[in-house]
Amino acid sequence: MFYFENRQIVTPGELLADGNYVAGNNTYKVGSKIYATRLGLVEYEGKNVQVVALNTVYIPSPGDQVIGKIEDVNINGWTIDINSPYKAVLRANEALSKPFKQQKDDLTSFLDVGDLILAKVIAFDRTIDPILTIREPGLGKITQGQIVKVSPAKIPRIIGRKASMINMLKKETECKITVGQNGIILISGPSPENERLAILAIEKIAQEAHTSGLTDRIAEMIRREKGVKL
Amino acid sequence: MSGKIRLIDENGLRVDGRKPNELRPIKIEVGVLSNADGSAYIEQGKSKILAAVYGPREVHPRHLALPDRALLRCRYHMAPFSVEERKSPAPSRREIELSKVIREALEPAIFLEKFPRTSIDVFIEVLQADGGTRCAGTTVAALALADAGIPMRDLVVACAAGKVDGVLVLDLNDLEDKEGEADLPIAYMPNLDMISLLQMDGQLTIEEFEQALNLAIEGCKQIYKLQKEALKAKYLAIKEEVETCLQ
Repeated sequence: MFYFENRQIVTPGELLADGNYVAGNNTYKVGSKIYATRLGLVEYEGKNVQVVALNTVYIPSPGDQVIGKIEDVNINGWTIDINSPYKAVLRANEALSKPFKQQKDDLTSFLDVGDLILAKVIAFDRTIDPILTIREPGLGKITQGQIVKVSPAKIPRIIGRKASMINMLKKETECKITVGQNGIILISGPSPENERLAILAIEKIAQEAHTSGLTDRIAEMIRREKGVKL
Repeated sequence: MSGKIRLIDENGLRVDGRKPNELRPIKIEVGVLSNADGSAYIEQGKSKILAAVYGPREVHPRHLALPDRALLRCRYHMAPFSVEERKSPAPSRREIELSKVIREALEPAIFLEKFPRTSIDVFIEVLQADGGTRCAGTTVAALALADAGIPMRDLVVACAAGKVDGVLVLDLNDLEDKEGEADLPIAYMPNLDMISLLQMDGQLTIEEFEQALNLAIEGCKQIYKLQKEALKAKYLAIKEEVETCLQ
């Protein structure tokens, strides 16, 4: 038995379903009863009951693409702030193309405190801090563009179903948009005006993430803004 | 306890005109601070309290970190201007104790084991105190935690019951707390039907205690409804705005 309609807002502790169901994300099960653990939108899909959270912190997961900021340079690597409760580590051998020699190589000449990087999480669990790599095409130091920060919970909405939202954004604003799973987004476009438009759109998506028909509304907004400015 | 002040008048009403089983008017707002991860504000009668939650975040100092779960830290603090006579801003014995009991009231509701080696910091700032601040503080801290997106088994809601002039009453104010015969604050998780804080000051018979406890639980359930509404209000407002724009 379901106690809510699909996509209704629920609060922690509210009873979502009772019976033979599977407890999905942001829910927990006691006996046959499923309760919400976070403020969010409830989704019933067949046997699966889950809550799409409205606000979360970023918990790293292997394979995630993230944008981070160099916080410290150590003897054999860097400490990186990835907008998460856990500080990430980038080892020198995951950054340099040649073997790393401690006596010869100066790490600060490669990446220094304050630099932003696009990286990928290669390992993380409860006991160790996340480990990053930039030894893949497209990853590495960020040299141009603008950064927007949103709640990591809104990232799936910004990408959209089958990347529909992000593709629309890229097409309409003509910007290159790189989304970090940790809620940090890099935008670089042909002009500051295009970038401003993309940032405006992303902030609107984050603000209205829990409403329906968002892709069409955002597309309409961008076109309207373009008509005025360009 | 002086018998000079009449706390219940001839019509059976209390000093502020409430019925014995009536709560003070409550106003709750969620997400009031932009720099905190989660925040909430409550006005319960003349008591006004602000709560902010930061985390889960890195633990400082490092050695306090727990390997298997998050560290929950709680600070209950009264502003110097919150009471009639200026209160020293340094944490008093009472504030340190309340910080501890509120932390212990919130702890069972949070899935701390999901964030090992981190800390969740709760700050409860009493801006104006008129009794029942530990309860209102717990209620508003639970909302700030939910707003911060911290996974919880249930919201925690707290309310006091007590005895003044021989009558069992709900949600005592400062005068009733000071002049009355007994005060029984509880924190309660309505969906789990569990009590996470129970204190008592004064004297009650066993029967009175049971009645007062049930009265307090009923009060908690009423506040719980307001809590849920307040949490949803922030997002429902945006939704409504969008829908009216479409029409």
